[in-house]
Amino acid sequence: MLGFGGGPSTIPLVHKEVVGTFQWMNDQEFSEVLALGNTLPGPIATKMAGYIGYRVGGLRGMLNAVIATVLPTILLMLLLLTSFNKVKDHPRVEGMTNGVVPIVGVMMATLTWDFIKKTRQGFGWKKGIFLLLGSFIVMEILNVHPGIVIGGLLVIAVTMSDKKEKIEIQVKGNSESL
Amino acid sequence: MIYIQIFIAFFIPGIIGYGGGPASIPLIEHEVVSRYGWMTTSEFSEVLALGNALPGPIATKMAGYIGFEVGGVLGAVTGVLATIAPSLFIMIVLLRLLFKYKESPKVKRLSMIVLPAVAVLMAGLTFDFFQTSYFSNGLWLTFVIAMVSLLLIEKWKVHPAFVIFGGLVVGAIFLS
Repeated sequence: MLGFGGGPSTIPLVHKEVVGTFQWMNDQEFSEVLALGNTLPGPIATKMAGYIGYRVGGLRGMLNAVIATVLPTILLMLLLLTSFNKVKDHPRVEGMTNGVVPIVGVMMATLTWDFIKKTRQGFGWKKGIFLLLGSFIVMEILNVHPGIVIGGLLVIAVTMSDKKEKIEIQVKGNSESL
Repeated sequence: MIYIQIFIAFFIPGIIGYGGGPASIPLIEHEVVSRYGWMTTSEFSEVLALGNALPGPIATKMAGYIGFEVGGVLGAVTGVLATIAPSLFIMIVLLRLLFKYKESPKVKRLSMIVLPAVAVLMAGLTFDFFQTSYFSNGLWLTFVIAMVSLLLIEKWKVHPAFVIFGGLVVGAIFLS
């Protein structure tokens, strides 16, 4: 409830409650669950809440945790936005909308930059720019549904020849036989 | 029928939105604005602005509110379920399996390979927002508000909620 700014910002708070206050997990378990949660799709806060709730209290624990994460802020949002919509056509309210759009644009731009940086860290400049341009052409110019593009990328990731993996396994095998 | 549409609109971002809630925002926008036409870009940005100003995970807030707008309480429940259930299910069922393969390059590559696509989607959404603002506020005002809020958020680390609130006030006074 206190974590402003989307799911990822709530993680330290969840950590404090789960590891510190209630001691359901230790530090290492928590960071492992977090790392794995990040390799899966979907919002991270609800995944963490659901999984930890499930471990602590079974199905009922899971439901409790997810509802506790999600419900209060949705209700708040509904309350604010529906009352907002009632006065929507008032010129002042239109002005408010106009004032907010560029700010949301800036926030989106900084998020975009974050993801470009992550792309660079993951692939390096050359490959990163190539991939960025590639997905731009496919999605924005050829108008392919982003779901298909991302799905396709995931399939490539799984089926791509695993040379590196095999080498690693061989190395491991070698060191074991040594 | 509408509930099936709501489910699909939030199921897809939920299942392919790697990188947490924020990564699924452009995907949600694609479904809600471009595909089903439930909202305009500027309405979507309003919801996003308010969602960002409120605490808690952003993807479920969006799903809950948009679901409610389109299909009432049941619509809200459908939207939220579609957002969280698939990934949570995978997490609980596959966690043990994933533990085993967590060092595998395949698993690591999975979350990395979608980054550039998500970045492009976000850039597109950024462009949409600025374009909307350009049409209603003109070039200079858009530029000034954008620069001021960029400095406030990135340089002086003012909390986004205050910046959005400021934008609302400035808009109500000067832009109406």
